[in-house]
Amino acid sequence: MTGALPPPKKKNPQLRQVVPTLPPQMRSRAALGLTAAAARGAFLLQHCAECGAVQYPPRDACSACLSVELDWRETSRDGRVIAETRIHASPDPYYRERLPWRTGLVQLTAGPTVLCHLHGDIGRGDAVRMDLKLDKAGQGVMIALPATRSADMADDGQLRALTAHPKHRRVLITDIRSPVTRPLIEGLFRAGAAQIFVGESESWRRGSDHAAIAALDRVSVLPLDVSDAASVSRLAAEIGGKTDILINTARHVRPGGVLGADTVFAREEFEINALGLMRLAQAFGPAMASRTADGVNSSVAFVNLLSVHALSADPHYGAFSASQAAALSISQTLRAEFRASGLRMINVFAGPTDDEWHQPLPPPKVPAAALARSVVEALCEGLEEVFCGDVARDLEARWRSDPKVLERELSGGGA
Amino acid sequence: MKRQDYSGVVVTAPVSVPYVRYSRETAHWWIARALKQVLAAAGLKPRDLDGFSVSSFTLFPDTPVGLTQHLGLSPRWLDSIPMGGASGVVALRRAARAVQAGDVDVVACIAGDANRIDSFRQLLSSFSRFAMDASYPYGSGGPNASFALIADAYMAEYGVTREDFGRIAVAQRANALNYPNAIMTSPLTLEQYLAARPISEPFGLYDCVMPCAGAEGFLVMREDEAQARGLAFARISATIERHNAFPEDPVQLRGGWAVDVDELYEMAGCGPGDIDLLQTYDDYPVISMMQFEDLGFCAKGEGARFVRDHDLTIAGDFPHNTSGGQLSAGQAGAAGGYLGLVEAIRQVTGQAGPTQVTSARTAMVSGFGMINYDRGLCSSAAIITGDGR
Amino acid sequence: MTDALIDLARALGDGSVEVVDLTHTLDPDFPVIVLPPEFGQCARFRMEEVSAYDGRGPAWKWHNISMNEHTGTHFDAPIHWVSGKDVANGAVDEIDPSVFVGPVVVIDCSEGAATDDDFELTPEIIHAWEARHGVIPADSWVLMRTDWSKRRGAAYLNMRDDGPHSPGPTPAAIELLLARDIRGFGTETVGTDAGQGTHYSPPYPAHYLLHGAGKFGLQCLRNLDKLPPTGAMLVAPPLKIKGGTGSPLRVLALVPARTAEGERP
Repeated sequence: MTGALPPPKKKNPQLRQVVPTLPPQMRSRAALGLTAAAARGAFLLQHCAECGAVQYPPRDACSACLSVELDWRETSRDGRVIAETRIHASPDPYYRERLPWRTGLVQLTAGPTVLCHLHGDIGRGDAVRMDLKLDKAGQGVMIALPATRSADMADDGQLRALTAHPKHRRVLITDIRSPVTRPLIEGLFRAGAAQIFVGESESWRRGSDHAAIAALDRVSVLPLDVSDAASVSRLAAEIGGKTDILINTARHVRPGGVLGADTVFAREEFEINALGLMRLAQAFGPAMASRTADGVNSSVAFVNLLSVHALSADPHYGAFSASQAAALSISQTLRAEFRASGLRMINVFAGPTDDEWHQPLPPPKVPAAALARSVVEALCEGLEEVFCGDVARDLEARWRSDPKVLERELSGGGA
Repeated sequence: MKRQDYSGVVVTAPVSVPYVRYSRETAHWWIARALKQVLAAAGLKPRDLDGFSVSSFTLFPDTPVGLTQHLGLSPRWLDSIPMGGASGVVALRRAARAVQAGDVDVVACIAGDANRIDSFRQLLSSFSRFAMDASYPYGSGGPNASFALIADAYMAEYGVTREDFGRIAVAQRANALNYPNAIMTSPLTLEQYLAARPISEPFGLYDCVMPCAGAEGFLVMREDEAQARGLAFARISATIERHNAFPEDPVQLRGGWAVDVDELYEMAGCGPGDIDLLQTYDDYPVISMMQFEDLGFCAKGEGARFVRDHDLTIAGDFPHNTSGGQLSAGQAGAAGGYLGLVEAIRQVTGQAGPTQVTSARTAMVSGFGMINYDRGLCSSAAIITGDGR
Repeated sequence: MTDALIDLARALGDGSVEVVDLTHTLDPDFPVIVLPPEFGQCARFRMEEVSAYDGRGPAWKWHNISMNEHTGTHFDAPIHWVSGKDVANGAVDEIDPSVFVGPVVVIDCSEGAATDDDFELTPEIIHAWEARHGVIPADSWVLMRTDWSKRRGAAYLNMRDDGPHSPGPTPAAIELLLARDIRGFGTETVGTDAGQGTHYSPPYPAHYLLHGAGKFGLQCLRNLDKLPPTGAMLVAPPLKIKGGTGSPLRVLALVPARTAEGERP
């Protein structure tokens, strides 16, 4: 059984920091289907639409009947390890510095044999649960996990390399005023976070939970205004070298469409929601990207909270939706720019949140605690895209099915 | 339909260009050296050669077509055999049929590869699409890791130990000490084999081949043509080839030979007891052991007992990989798929010199190649005979 | 140069007239007035680097800045308030520039404001001040000193559940100042009105009454403790913003130097 990962020792300042390297990152187009599934925590394999044969590795034609109609479908994760090895030699720079590395062959109950990473608790003969996860190169990979969960299972080195687990890590939450911040702090500590920094802008305003949050053990409240580049730089200069996870909870939302609303609110929404993300990434990104191989508390993820209307606008929140679409787009560029470092950009999408700005909307609305749970889950599982709550999941499904139909429905044209 | 025999066609002019561990030279350079030697043996000028068959991983961006201009050839028959360890036998059987049909008079079959610093890593990472997608990203152990998985399953299934694999490696090293071109030049004991640093468990260092640069080659022509040129030659008794055999096997415990071996012996008109020496494709000892079983020298699962009961050295009762195989001679890319065949031609024509097996007349050569994802896909085998002069 | 200006230049040169800066630094973290969130908000000062002797401009450094007209130490023009929307030349670019320089009197309420966050400037206080320093001259600036500018952070807006609490004038006090025909009224707090000024009748009397009468406002002033009750000159020219309702500005006071005993002449 995996033993509990001990907290890291203080760094030896005389040793050079390990430079980030990536596992092999080139994939065929078909294999990117694994990446797409892993990004959202699904376990999908290609199934032949004609004969039903399950395929692996991903391919362009069915190996049973030559049909080119191969659909990515949810597939049973059950399997059994039929061979294992511990690799001690590799020409690849990423694996060379992580040897030995265990891999195995798993025969899936669904049919194919999968060459995969092996969790430390399992070996040949064991029944396993397969998972698709993103590796440091941001590509979907297979890992065989114990069929039943155990307490410190996530501490396994090979599994931890595929997640952004908060355990022993130091987290910056950017906005103390967000309703998500308090439950997020609690969830992160439950997941084993070492320390939490909480940003507070305009400390002269009311409405801040400052005193209660500042009084928490291992929590520091620090000045941070995402709309002010100098403020963001000042905080990055102070804690940028020990921010392992950054969770951007800063958000500005006002109801209203486009015709009737003014650009002052819209500008503020873009300042906070889109440009704020950009400022945070510019100030914290380079230091975080340089520390992705820095041991147990290496930097690991940049988390962005978005409205699901980043995908398709809610006309009642026109400028806000636009700012979310802009933030989503910025996050995609950042994801590409962080790629070489292995720093993960996680987007957590939610429907209307249960707060003052969505008060007239009917339920279901996303409670802050649920959103916090999704963020912690995304980190623990190493997801890249999470849709929190029924509204977000429903909207995502409709968006995948047909964005135009969804747009018409959102503008009131669906019966 | 009964297969036609290879009467009237012979294989001759075996050439091995000594291997080096790392070389700045290109595949073109290595292939040219082997080609020059086989042509010299037959007294042919490059422009007179009308058939050319090439196997190489490192010609990029060239293909054998580009090689014709590069090397000044003007063949009427050109073949490219991208089958790695199965290349030698496959090149032979295709060339033989073309000669037999009169499409070509003489085919020079050449395999050669470069090995620059870091070129092996680059070759591994883009070896195949499935390897790129589904095996190399998992620890990047290359074929060592993939075959270690096969070995692990094989050992568990048949109760095989590392000592059993070690016997194959140790005997080959003993053979290699007699082969002047071998990369490995010091003796290997079973204790050293077992104590070697692990590469990918259960494999240690001596389960793995040493990638290097080099080339091998031979000529295929009509028997009368060989006689006219005064060349010692071997006849081709039978050949087989198979790809992606047993795709339903969850892990590779047998190769394609098991599909075709009966036909091989039937065509040759002989049985396992008639084979004087065996050259298997030994990327790993476990694969040689699998070939002992699948080629009918022992029953499935009896490979370990077979190696315990036989002496695999040149002077032994079952001479195997007499030039040391790739494990001791080195693996020069696609030339590794020629090593056993070229040595077998030398053996049955009495030209093997220090590795010569006494009165060797009938040799079997088997090939195995291309680990596309989780298993080697190509298998091949041939039986050739000479008069053992 | 007239004799008066020659004398002023000499006084500035020999230190017998000092220049006191009544301005806060423009800083993104300096408080602005907070309105209920569904209203439009006053934008804070923001600054972004355009270049800093680097690839974006090798030999120079400069910033883009943005803010509300009423951010930081700022000037209120009559058209800022609905009551002054029709005042002639009521925008900052239309105001006769001669009014940007003029005499200033200071009414010290710092003692009361120290103990009462909602301290009120009343006609009684103004009468008491006049009893000591004479009637407030027409066309002069009147500044209410509270030492509020020495507060920092949340204590500055002093926001509670029922809104901000800070000192300011009563409607009657403003009526009295208008009766004196002052030029404008200035404070150290975030607005010319008291934090609870919305509960007066009319609400926000300083804004409502002063601007309705074509008078000006100054807020977020500091260093009022360095000014004499009378005898100083205020220099407060807002930016010339077309149609502007106000403007951040540098506010200076020309003050007679203190004597050796610390008293002003």
